[in-house]
Amino acid sequence: MTTETQTTPVAADTAPKRKRRDEGWSSLLWLLNRRLGIGLVILLIFVAGSLVLPFFSPSDPSQQATYMKNLHMTTKHWLGTTALGQDTFWYLIFAVRNSLLLGIAVGIGITIISTAVGLSAGYIGGAFERIVMLFVDTFITIPLLPILIILGTLIRANYAYLVSIIIIFGWAWNARTIRSMALTLREREFINMARFSGAGTFQILTREIFPYVSAYMLVGFINTVLFAINTEATLAVIGLSKVEIPTLGSIIFWALNYNALFTGNVVWLVAPIVATVLLFLGLFLTSTGFNEAFASRRGVA
Amino acid sequence: MIRLNNVVGSYRTGRGSINAVDGVTLEIPDGCILGVAGESGCGKSTLMKLIYGDVLSPMSLSAGSIEYGFTDDRGTPITSDNIKREWFRRISYVPQSSMNSLNPVVRVGKQFLDFPGPDADKRRVLEQVKAYIVKLGLPVETLEAYPHQLSGGMRQRVMIAMATFFQPELILADEPTTALDVVVQKDILLLLMELQEQMQNTIVLVSHDMGVHYQTTTRMLIMYAAKAVEYGDSESVFSAPLHPYTAMLTDSLPTIGDDRARHGIPGRPPSLWQELKGCRFADRCPLATARCRAEEPELIEHKPGQFAACHYAGQYKREAEQPTWQ
Amino acid sequence: MAVILRTEELNKVYRLGSLARNREIKALDNVNLTVESDHPVIISIVGESGSGKTTLAKTLLRLVEPTSGRVTIYDKLVAGKGVRPDKRAFLASVQPIFQNPFEAFSRYRPVDAYLFETATRVAGLTHEQATAGVEKALSAVGLEYGDVRGKYSNQFSGGELQRVSIARALIPNPSLIVADEPVSMIDASRRMIIINLFLALKEEARRSFLYITHDLATAYYISDFVAVMHRGVVVEFGPARDVMGNPQHAYTKLLLDSIPTTRQKWRVPKAPAATA
Repeated sequence: MTTETQTTPVAADTAPKRKRRDEGWSSLLWLLNRRLGIGLVILLIFVAGSLVLPFFSPSDPSQQATYMKNLHMTTKHWLGTTALGQDTFWYLIFAVRNSLLLGIAVGIGITIISTAVGLSAGYIGGAFERIVMLFVDTFITIPLLPILIILGTLIRANYAYLVSIIIIFGWAWNARTIRSMALTLREREFINMARFSGAGTFQILTREIFPYVSAYMLVGFINTVLFAINTEATLAVIGLSKVEIPTLGSIIFWALNYNALFTGNVVWLVAPIVATVLLFLGLFLTSTGFNEAFASRRGVA
Repeated sequence: MIRLNNVVGSYRTGRGSINAVDGVTLEIPDGCILGVAGESGCGKSTLMKLIYGDVLSPMSLSAGSIEYGFTDDRGTPITSDNIKREWFRRISYVPQSSMNSLNPVVRVGKQFLDFPGPDADKRRVLEQVKAYIVKLGLPVETLEAYPHQLSGGMRQRVMIAMATFFQPELILADEPTTALDVVVQKDILLLLMELQEQMQNTIVLVSHDMGVHYQTTTRMLIMYAAKAVEYGDSESVFSAPLHPYTAMLTDSLPTIGDDRARHGIPGRPPSLWQELKGCRFADRCPLATARCRAEEPELIEHKPGQFAACHYAGQYKREAEQPTWQ
Repeated sequence: MAVILRTEELNKVYRLGSLARNREIKALDNVNLTVESDHPVIISIVGESGSGKTTLAKTLLRLVEPTSGRVTIYDKLVAGKGVRPDKRAFLASVQPIFQNPFEAFSRYRPVDAYLFETATRVAGLTHEQATAGVEKALSAVGLEYGDVRGKYSNQFSGGELQRVSIARALIPNPSLIVADEPVSMIDASRRMIIINLFLALKEEARRSFLYITHDLATAYYISDFVAVMHRGVVVEFGPARDVMGNPQHAYTKLLLDSIPTTRQKWRVPKAPAATA
């Protein structure tokens, strides 16, 4: 028997509470702001287009001399053909697809490694953190592009090496950020509460800390995709990548090498540039759109 | 005399509009220290902001007006439209957190010169400032220091010095001692009271601590769910409150030396988002009847100088006082 | 009589600054407290900010390791340099209540997840028993499980959430509950509900509490024993009525004198007070 006989009416809240996750997709609508909406639409077009359309391609676009060279834009060849006799439009579709796949692969790899390293270092602390941060800081200072140039022969042999090297030299920056987030989270009261509820280190990392970094991880993932595509394109444009494979960078490489501007085949050069800009725009808007949505929610919650 | 005429302060958000202050009509006589009390969300801070004229979107004075009873240099009466020009001159503000109000990278003395005064000669003003802060119990070197080099109590004295330097007619203090230790709090409150006695102006003091109100104020305003529920002179409000909320609130506070059992008020203030009918305290009030839930009580003068918004004002019986050993 | 709490020569020194110039801050300065009783008690530690009361609480909760000294709770050695009690046993005997109930729960987890975790991991209950254990603890604080199930921290008021926090602390039947300013963030009108709850839990559920606060009035209201701290030192300690009614130390007297009560007005001195 207690003195507290009154159960306070829990229904009398001070503000209409947001519905929680169990409501499914509709519960995520708060995320949408204009920027994010536009970004997602652009990305959706690119991703859907580049994943679905290749199945409809009449032939392997990288095969040279399939068509007449340097044709203008017609109904048969929507963006004309290249100086190598390839259909520009289909080449571009494949290029976008390959670039996106590369970006996503790198994004996943870097996100997983940097989160695991950053969270554990930040939370566990002590000697473990110091040793790990030594690694992280060393990797941060190593510049990626020169490494890629030096290891060029390796990359030109096998495309998978490109993905791996970008991951190996790209995870450190995000790891550092996540570690600082873990550092601040470690001091918060609910972590102590979790400890006194009997949670072990792993449970605390996954159930308490992880949700708070998940917003950053999403934004970080998108940024990494952008970074990876950009790096590959940079390499390819100067011819240091496996340029036989259609990517956004390699198409520009070929166009430059065959003097597309001078031969009048402007579309060959301009189309991939426009596509790249649009793709980057989509990625950027999505990334900052998510950032904005999460930030606005933090103010309320 | 400061007149609040049906003041409504609302916030516009994505979800709609909410009235944080919902129709407050009062007259604040000159030369008093008015304490504004109430639980969080009652609207006391918004009321302060409205009186000070610090109205920034999404907040707005959506209805009503405030007449300040004093005029500016040219004789135009000051109202909510032109009160901003009189900041630090005829009306000033002592904030809760001095660290948030002082520029951390500028020496304190220079911050005194930040706001305009009738005197253009900065050096002369500085001399006057020096003399003034000594009067308030601060060493002269305070002006040379950076804010973080001063203790909380000293910083708050600096804020009070800034707020009272031009001898304003109205000083608004929003929880000025909440962040301070209880020993320092007493000094600061006594300082405020003494300054008021010298300047004979009006101070409006917001605090969640009823003890602070008892010690410093001459009039009390109790707010609940954006409404003014009781208003009168402090002696009467504390000894014979008219509104049940005031009575239950003061009854719930334990005092050293008093061994009676105390009880909180169960329940919560109503959400301001929903449609509110009748008295807003009805859900938690032991005297509530159907009339209370249907008809909203007006703030009327039940005894001379004492106002309450209750259909059964004065009928709540408090527990008899027992003699204490203090 | 059982030793409910004993601290022996408890010290905590923080070193600030660089290698060249550093400053020592004694958060706890030779704290010696002994509370013995056959019945559950409520011990209050009162003081202003910087007095060391929060550090003392953290030391007892093993969130901070003392520089030297030992702490014994209910005859079990709990803290001290190099002391490592069995984690499970410790968690089952000492539980906290934190100041800010909204900070004490993660925004992303329903609050009953913490209740269940405590029931299964700390109290060692099986899954079936856990529900009963959680329900029992919730009813002890005046809540029903239906009110709490599946809800997140932002769906509660401060007072309710603090009660959930208290319920969680009760589940493993701890010997001592350390409450660090548990009502300072709760509205004045509802504070006494929580304070009275502590009293009820002491009497009926037979729990001892360590109540850390700067509010002497509530400390007086519920405590059996009071320790007054100032700059890391316990300046006065004894039964609540003695310390509050007949203070011996100058600081205690100053403290009691400065509280704004609703009983008696301060005597206003003529000249403005000296620098704070």
